Amino acid sequence: MDKKIDLRLMAPFAALGLLLILGALVNPNFISLANLENVATRSAFIAIIAIGATYVISAGDLDLSVGSMVAFVASIMIMVLNAAPIADPLTLLILGALMTLVIGMVCGLVNGLITTLGRIEPFIATLGTMGIYRGLTTWLAQGGAITLESRELQDLYHPVYFGSVLGVPMPILAIGVVAALAAFVLYRTSYGRHVVAVGSNREVARYSGLKVDRIRIWAFVVQGLCVAIAVLLYVPRLGSTSTTTGTLWELQAITAVVVGGTALKGGSGRIWGTVCGALILELVGNIMLLSNFISEYLISTLQGAIIIIAMLVQRSLARR
Amino acid sequence: MTEIVLAADRVSKAFAGVQVLFSVDFQLRRGEVHALMGENGAGKSTLVKILSGFEQPSSGQVMLDGQPVRLPPDGRAEALGIAIIHQEFNLAEDLTVTESMFLGREITRLGILDRRAMRAATRAALDQLGAHIDEDATIRSLPVAARQMVEIAKAISRRARVVIMDEPTAVLTRAETDILFAQIRRLKSEGTSFVFVSHKLDEVMALSDRITILRDGQWIKTADASDMTGERIAQAMVGRELSTLFPPKREPDVDEALALEVRGLTTGYVQNASFKLRRGEVMGFAGLIGSGRTELMEAIVGLRPREGVVLVDGVTLTADLGRAMEAGLAYLTKDRKGRGLLLGQGMGVNLTLQSLAAHARWGWLNRGSEAMALERARRRFDIRVRDPKVVAGRMSGGNQQKLLLAKVMERAPKVILIDEPTRGIDVGTKQQIYNFIAGLAAEGAAIIVVSSEMPEVIGLCTKVAVMREGRIVGQLEGEAINETEIMRYAAGLKAA
Repeated sequence: MDKKIDLRLMAPFAALGLLLILGALVNPNFISLANLENVATRSAFIAIIAIGATYVISAGDLDLSVGSMVAFVASIMIMVLNAAPIADPLTLLILGALMTLVIGMVCGLVNGLITTLGRIEPFIATLGTMGIYRGLTTWLAQGGAITLESRELQDLYHPVYFGSVLGVPMPILAIGVVAALAAFVLYRTSYGRHVVAVGSNREVARYSGLKVDRIRIWAFVVQGLCVAIAVLLYVPRLGSTSTTTGTLWELQAITAVVVGGTALKGGSGRIWGTVCGALILELVGNIMLLSNFISEYLISTLQGAIIIIAMLVQRSLARR
Repeated sequence: MTEIVLAADRVSKAFAGVQVLFSVDFQLRRGEVHALMGENGAGKSTLVKILSGFEQPSSGQVMLDGQPVRLPPDGRAEALGIAIIHQEFNLAEDLTVTESMFLGREITRLGILDRRAMRAATRAALDQLGAHIDEDATIRSLPVAARQMVEIAKAISRRARVVIMDEPTAVLTRAETDILFAQIRRLKSEGTSFVFVSHKLDEVMALSDRITILRDGQWIKTADASDMTGERIAQAMVGRELSTLFPPKREPDVDEALALEVRGLTTGYVQNASFKLRRGEVMGFAGLIGSGRTELMEAIVGLRPREGVVLVDGVTLTADLGRAMEAGLAYLTKDRKGRGLLLGQGMGVNLTLQSLAAHARWGWLNRGSEAMALERARRRFDIRVRDPKVVAGRMSGGNQQKLLLAKVMERAPKVILIDEPTRGIDVGTKQQIYNFIAGLAAEGAAIIVVSSEMPEVIGLCTKVAVMREGRIVGQLEGEAINETEIMRYAAGLKAA
């Protein structure tokens, strides 16, 4: 019995291992530390957003707005950094970052309130805010791009994405810290337990005296916070956002969550599985680039196939 | 010589390495009602699934008309004349009664649905059962009992030679049960065979020709119903002498403090309900299904908006479940699968769901303390599972009910409202639960038992309120607590 449950938990990690072996066979450069670091770094945005999505999905909800939210939150952050009357760049940056976190949480709160108080299916509610956040971004950018103007600020902010601590690139560090915190909260706190309970069966949660709406709203807020953290990493990378920033990221995030072993119907959250899922998505693209037998234009096709395969594997393991 | 229609020949079944049936024999004759009895977890449901093709035996044979067969899965055994009426309903909720009756075998003319013919046939089938159900109503709009009647009409209308019924009367009223039984007797005389799974001894005795009893996955005995008594069936099921089912009643002292007082409570269907409950008292709520008992209980604990006053230990409560729980009030739902337990989670998560604060410091859970609580609860409530990591959905009904009781007791409530404490569980576990209830009352808890099983109310309670159409129509004490008196109130022949 134990072994079978373990098998399900281990499936994403086994898939990751297989991919690594496959990659090494395809191209010896693949397994180099530099390449793997590069892959992990590039998976950071999706991984961190998907960690938030793990909360929302575990609670039995869904957030389609995260891609648009990235663009929206990033645009506001850059505009504030450009316009705020604070002379000291470091103070400005710190205040700007804190504000970004708050805005992300507010965006999540809006999703949560519409879904719970408005009693609207999360799919529809966040489909709506997906359009709203995207439209607001386009309007703020007047159809173009929003760029961080101050050279000084750019230089100061640069290391947040490109720097490293003890040889570990910042984005990888960020994944680790966010995942560790998220895993801790989900598995070791009352709130985490409540999220899983609400996602397993809302009626049971209600009859057990849990504040179901509050728990769901907080999951959306956690998602918003994770989006904001991803934005903090994203802005120093390019120093600008455009109307297409974060397009289709919601689908990638959901894919990462599902590939990681979290059930889309709620009631089980696998934070480390999600991180693994994000890495798998990025690795597949990387292997395709490094190999010659499949066109890299088929990346989306393959990623789409992965989510279907992951579901099939999960189900066949669950049946046994 | 009697013809055997369907048989299980030394059938065994294991799930994930756990053996649930051990070489069981079962023979169904043409034109008989054969009852299958046993405690929860005895293997009845598994045997029934094997006989209808939903599961394949691990070893042994299913015989149809004397020939070994491999029944097709997913209900396709219907084509061979074997229909099953599941314990859980099998109806698509958005279809109309007619549509679900003909699902998968629609009557067509030139490829176009012949609605008129299907409606007429549905009407005829329902009339035959004496069911006053609109053939155009959606399943969703029907009460549970009506849905059950539709299921039964569906199986019967498909001219099945073998009809397998898993607890068909669990949600039916007495009158509906009588009509169903009359239909079964008629079909039986025409040669249809029935497998009848039920916990209700009196129904089994009234309807069956033969009875097969299983215990712990083993065949125990098959006998003619006329040779059996309720006492002997119960003994064979439990495997030990059943002493009296109910523990001795204990009247609370007259000057014992009031634990719960309800004054003029109104919620939805329920009008102006008032009653008092003292510490150490076990009070019953009797009445027909739909008389408003569950609504009243849910309103008391704050799961429904309400008007009126609820006092616990003399302090007024607002209609909020969280507050009610803090004040020491607890409610055990009758819907343990839909509202009581997280079926996909293990015992531990379920046990501490309402009482996580006791195992957490600053929100951080102490798993060791949770594990200890589970160990304590398993011992106290005698929750028996082979695999301690099993998810609640895979536990037997009796163990689920004990787990639900344990979950609620984790908060050490002072006033406990139990809705249908023993629905769908076996005699042995019932007795245990009755003992828990009596024990809790002896320790000073005030307890309400809502039950549709009259012996339960009569055997456990020192005071009984009878509800009818949303009102408390009578309160009985002492000698007045008997079946006739309760029924007269419940049926509206008498009012206080």
